[in-house]
Amino acid sequence: MDADQLTEAVDKIELKGSPIIAAIKAAGVEYILSVPDIVTSGGLLRPISQDPALKLVRVCKEDECIGIASGLSYCDKRALTLIQYTGFLDSINAIRGIAVEYAQPICMMIGLLGHDPYTTPRNSPRYGVRIIEPILDAMGIPHHLINEDPDVTKIRPAIDEAYVNSHPVAFLIGRRPSAS
Amino acid sequence: MMKRDECFKILARHVTDEIVVSTYSSAVDWLALGERTLNYFSIGAMGLDSSHALGLALGRPDKRIICLQGDGSFLMNMGCLVTIAAAAPKNLVHFVVQNGTYEANGSHPIPTNKADFAAMARSAGYAHAHEFSDLANFEQQAAHVVKQDGPVFATLHVERSKQLIYDYPKLYDAERRKALKAALQKR
Repeated sequence: MDADQLTEAVDKIELKGSPIIAAIKAAGVEYILSVPDIVTSGGLLRPISQDPALKLVRVCKEDECIGIASGLSYCDKRALTLIQYTGFLDSINAIRGIAVEYAQPICMMIGLLGHDPYTTPRNSPRYGVRIIEPILDAMGIPHHLINEDPDVTKIRPAIDEAYVNSHPVAFLIGRRPSAS
Repeated sequence: MMKRDECFKILARHVTDEIVVSTYSSAVDWLALGERTLNYFSIGAMGLDSSHALGLALGRPDKRIICLQGDGSFLMNMGCLVTIAAAAPKNLVHFVVQNGTYEANGSHPIPTNKADFAAMARSAGYAHAHEFSDLANFEQQAAHVVKQDGPVFATLHVERSKQLIYDYPKLYDAERRKALKAALQKR
């Protein structure tokens, strides 16, 4: 079973969306750049779209986010790219060139569609998810698994660190955040 | 038919404190007109020059952003027309230099040179869209185009240029990026 299809009644571990959004805001993020992803759609993107404290830029293709976030970073504006892992894979060249080789603070929150949150991404039932962490490691991009509520504390310091030291960072969303 | 370097010489007369985003052949011709801190060379990920420009336009609404994009780059990121039109930055002027070739990659032709980029920008929802193929006409209109409320789009129909020297280490220079960032963060 694709565990991101788990209903809240079946999935006993909770990942609430509102503390994630609070952590994003606490990290000084002003812009959310996104192509919708079903993993983060209800718990993150929808409330973000209704939050006047965050400016949502809806893009057509995920690699646009990398360029936009780079431009914003030159202006001392923080952005978070909210995409699905398929969009991450599609954006690899932009991330290679802009985030890694240009050493830009590109912060990505990546939904792991089809992942089983009761296992690790490297052991995911979905091939596309299994290759994400090895790719991030090969590119030297720090990454953090956000799989349950206590993981949310990783978000703010990692974004702060990425901007202070100018490097990319990725947060892997292992289960569907609830809209609470 | 115009030449890219001649168009840029005209454009340069109207550029003071604008941020100019350019890549590949456009970046080489623009840099040949002189160093300036507010040049942003987005070499490294072809096609994203317009996305970088959008980020700058959103981040610094008090400054005007001029994007000089080649047609090959434009074709790689046409969705950004829709993104830019939706974000509607008034301070963004988006030039596409249409010479029908991937000049930096051996001057092979783009898939077709018949596409009407200005019409695409207009239908995407840019506030203004222009096309220029006559240098005298561009010279007459350039000041107006760069000052219009955006997003503004303009196609420059040019011929293939002479062989350029692509000094990527110079364009890539980290010191250049550092200086630009410092200038933009200083208010």
